[in-house]
Amino acid sequence: MTATLAAERVAPARPVSVPRAYRFELVKLVSQWRIRLLVLACWIVPALFVAGVSVQSTLPSDTLFGRWMHATGWAGPLVVLGFAGTWALPLLTSVVAGDVFAAEDRLGTWRHLLVVVRSARRIFVAKTLASLTVILLLMAGLAVSGAVGGLLAVGNQPLAGLDGHLLAPSDAAVKVLLAWVAVLAPTLALAGIGLLGSVTLGRSPMGLLLPAVVALAMQLAQMLPLPLVVRLALPGYAFIAWNGLFTDPGQVGPLLIGVAVSLAWALTATVLAYVLFLRRDFTDLGYDGSGRRAVTAGLLPLAGLLAVSAAVIAPATGVSGSGIEQDKVQRSLATAFAHLYRMQTEQLHRPAVTEAQLRATAACDKGSDRVAAQGPGNDWRCVVSWHLPGVEATGTAVYQLDVTSDGRFVADGDGPKEVNGYFLVRTPEGDAPNPLWQFDGNVELLPTSKG
Amino acid sequence: MDAVLAVRARGITKCFGDVVALDGVDLDVTQGQIHGLVGPNGAGKTTLLGLLLGLAVADAGTLEVLGVPVGRGLSAVDGVAGFVDGPGLYPSLTARQNLTALVSLRGRDARTAGIGEVLTEVGLRDVADDRVRGFSLGMRQRLGLAAALLTRPRLLVLDEPSNGLDPSGKRQVHRVLNRLAADGTSVVLSSHRMDDVEALCSEVTILATGRVVFSGPLAKLAAENRELEYRLLTSDPAAARRLAAEAEDVRVVEDGGTRHGDEVLVVRASVPALDRLVSQVVRSQIAVRELAPVVSPLEAAFLALTEQQEAGR
Repeated sequence: MTATLAAERVAPARPVSVPRAYRFELVKLVSQWRIRLLVLACWIVPALFVAGVSVQSTLPSDTLFGRWMHATGWAGPLVVLGFAGTWALPLLTSVVAGDVFAAEDRLGTWRHLLVVVRSARRIFVAKTLASLTVILLLMAGLAVSGAVGGLLAVGNQPLAGLDGHLLAPSDAAVKVLLAWVAVLAPTLALAGIGLLGSVTLGRSPMGLLLPAVVALAMQLAQMLPLPLVVRLALPGYAFIAWNGLFTDPGQVGPLLIGVAVSLAWALTATVLAYVLFLRRDFTDLGYDGSGRRAVTAGLLPLAGLLAVSAAVIAPATGVSGSGIEQDKVQRSLATAFAHLYRMQTEQLHRPAVTEAQLRATAACDKGSDRVAAQGPGNDWRCVVSWHLPGVEATGTAVYQLDVTSDGRFVADGDGPKEVNGYFLVRTPEGDAPNPLWQFDGNVELLPTSKG
Repeated sequence: MDAVLAVRARGITKCFGDVVALDGVDLDVTQGQIHGLVGPNGAGKTTLLGLLLGLAVADAGTLEVLGVPVGRGLSAVDGVAGFVDGPGLYPSLTARQNLTALVSLRGRDARTAGIGEVLTEVGLRDVADDRVRGFSLGMRQRLGLAAALLTRPRLLVLDEPSNGLDPSGKRQVHRVLNRLAADGTSVVLSSHRMDDVEALCSEVTILATGRVVFSGPLAKLAAENRELEYRLLTSDPAAARRLAAEAEDVRVVEDGGTRHGDEVLVVRASVPALDRLVSQVVRSQIAVRELAPVVSPLEAAFLALTEQQEAGR
């Protein structure tokens, strides 16, 4: 005769709470030497880099705000942000979010974890939260370290925005903070993609590399002459749209769209990862990721999201083509020139003049007469005109513009030498960098506001 | 007197796509019993252990673990611990940190959870603060057992717990499992090492291609298996050989000497026939120095039953 144990003595085990599982996942993550190394690097290297570059004679002028690293410490975290959006953040999300599930496959610990935690749902939530915590810690390190390095090496000086207007140090600090917060959204999108890759591809190296590969693909797409609506629908657009915060008035339309799209990608990719994770059979010893599942349940829904985003953005914004049009380029250049002319006037101790008095305008053309004056390219040529109070003659200066598809441009002065033709100006204190010689600017791509 | 069951499975079926991993499996594990699960690779042992741990759900059949009916959702029953496919350990953490993390997950105070005691019990006290990355397979197995002990299980499920263990480690693990069973914990373990199963288990279930081909006490298995080969070492091998050749229901294995040495006689016989032969040898003033099965009764039964099952497919 046999009898089973009385049921009242035992009960189905309660799953481990999410906070406890979260702490466990965090302990596992930070016990890895590569995560510790990354945390250390993110909190130290930017400060050393910014401080080092800021005291050099050669500045990274091809990076946004790089040419201002001598002038203010607030340029440092923005240079770091530009680099982070391109390389660091995709790689960091790859290493953290792209590996958080795959690591259990590699170590063969899934069954142990399920027996201990007793809830696949809670494991997913805990792992997601733990990886996001580490990513935030790394991001915070990059931002704080870059700012501290810049402020210590150069100081708390005003920052020239992308339209040439000067931001007071406190305004610059707020804008720098906002820019980093804005970039959190595309980072979350990459993290979501990393979670999805980690769940679907298991131990495959492709799972680990997915966020970096997606980020690279998005960068390539941004370089192609794609319609603006497609670029706005990509989850990485906010990595460059923060530029709009540094104009007056701020070009926040593209940034808000970029953030919304990024968050939609983050949510969709995370939900897909969650559904696929719960459907996984953890008793299958041979599981090594599923390429087919990654395509059908991962890639196709995200491609659908891209199409839906583009379909929503196009009528909502009324945008068409590249968004780079002749009148916008002219407005942006004239505005930036007027602001920087004031700065040069101040350097030379000439009588003060306001932007309104200058009445600066620009006349731009692109390529030859047979080419329409629109779209990105390095063949924009502009003539800026301005007036000085009490002077009848109209001043003119020539610029060559290299406009990229994201709306950013570099204006290269072509003379006259006294205004914008030489990289130095002779001030009573000695030679100083000429703010009108080369400068960065930003064309607002959306048709709703004026740049 | 009723035997109290820690596990009661009836008609358990589990498929992975077209592959039938378990096909109508019945299993009874009594409280305080060490129950062995043996079978060739792919027989369904790990799948069955996974069901007990709540890692998978049976497609058909009923399963009660510690008196709790296991439902259709993935869930472990409280009081069940163990591992399949090796213990889950994190190489970047030390042995102590692995156990501390486990205890913290359960919401217990790591200082009073007895981590030091279980590490001592499995013989890992000296390496408690070493990272698991440098542990051998045997050390990992012992640490996995320590992790299971920390949860104070009433049913311990272990997949190949003797893998990679040296003789000393094996003795330690056996001691722990016997102590647990004596305290009333039921243990279900799978193993390919028949000596382990024979040394530890009071009952055994043999699986072949997802079906139970035997389940019951080891003694019954030995009795069911009629003939075995035995090594017989005597003071007069030639005389013993003559007696064996003349004995009823005893067959001398001719190449036995080649395999075991000229002094050793290898005979094939059932237990009663062997008893008669030994009596006759002793009556003939020949000293019996050694008598042992060439392969253990369990191994012989395992081979016979699983080969039958394979042949019947």
